[in-house]
Amino acid sequence: MLIIECPWCGKRDQSEFTAHGEAHIARPGDPYKLSDEEWGDYVFFRKNPKGLHYERWVHSHGCRRWFNVARCTITDHIYATYKPGDVRPEVEE
Amino acid sequence: MNDTKITSPVYNRVRIDGPTRLSELPLCGKINLRGNPRNKQFLTATASVLGMVPPIQPNTRHMGSTTTLFWLGPDEWLCHCEISQTETLIADLRSGLDGLHCAVVEVSDYYTVLRLDGSHSAALLSRACPLDLHPSVFGKGACAQTRFGHASIFLHKISNAPSFEIQVRWSFAEYVWDYLVSGMRALAASD
Repeated sequence: MLIIECPWCGKRDQSEFTAHGEAHIARPGDPYKLSDEEWGDYVFFRKNPKGLHYERWVHSHGCRRWFNVARCTITDHIYATYKPGDVRPEVEE
Repeated sequence: MNDTKITSPVYNRVRIDGPTRLSELPLCGKINLRGNPRNKQFLTATASVLGMVPPIQPNTRHMGSTTTLFWLGPDEWLCHCEISQTETLIADLRSGLDGLHCAVVEVSDYYTVLRLDGSHSAALLSRACPLDLHPSVFGKGACAQTRFGHASIFLHKISNAPSFEIQVRWSFAEYVWDYLVSGMRALAASD
């Protein structure tokens, strides 16, 4: 069981949260200039790293806010949690 | 709306097992308030209607004589008041906050509030709630949105007696009630 620090509520049990995949995916600035392949990348393709992964989570049973988590996909170690809009923290694996 | 008879699925229920008492509280007014706490106008307008500014510290409450404001999120609060005050408070809030980016929504009959009293109450809640309910962590006046089993709840510790208020959606009220009662039975049997 993980204890995850919600940037707003503080430390809470993992079962209050829901994970929603890769973070920091920027919507294309000019959608009309994208090729089908670039659209495919944007909509469907996600990183699946072994190790450090930046993810979006939501505190679904708590304050219902979204935030980002830097997590190791092998050990489940959470390096950092931070608010959306914050700069992605550099962490040492 | 006040002419309509409003009853939740656990309307008026009371259950007593040994030192533990579980009951549904009479319907109170509930207002969901959203706005920007960094906006002075929002704070002043809220304070002039409710008599207090919204709490900024997470998981805390501000209490007045008939109203209580709970922190739900960085830009969201819950106001409990007497059911008879609700319409006036909402109208006053809406006019006071007119023109600001905010929301005032009545949720009185969306939730019901259960009250759990007795020395076993923290243990009973801990059967299905992952929060640390030890008095040194979750003391009098603490409040938090969390879960109880599969139900999202809003938990408020009203006293160190201990007594808790559990606010839950009507549709989950019976589930939470039955879950708590099954724990009360188990405790009574083991005593």
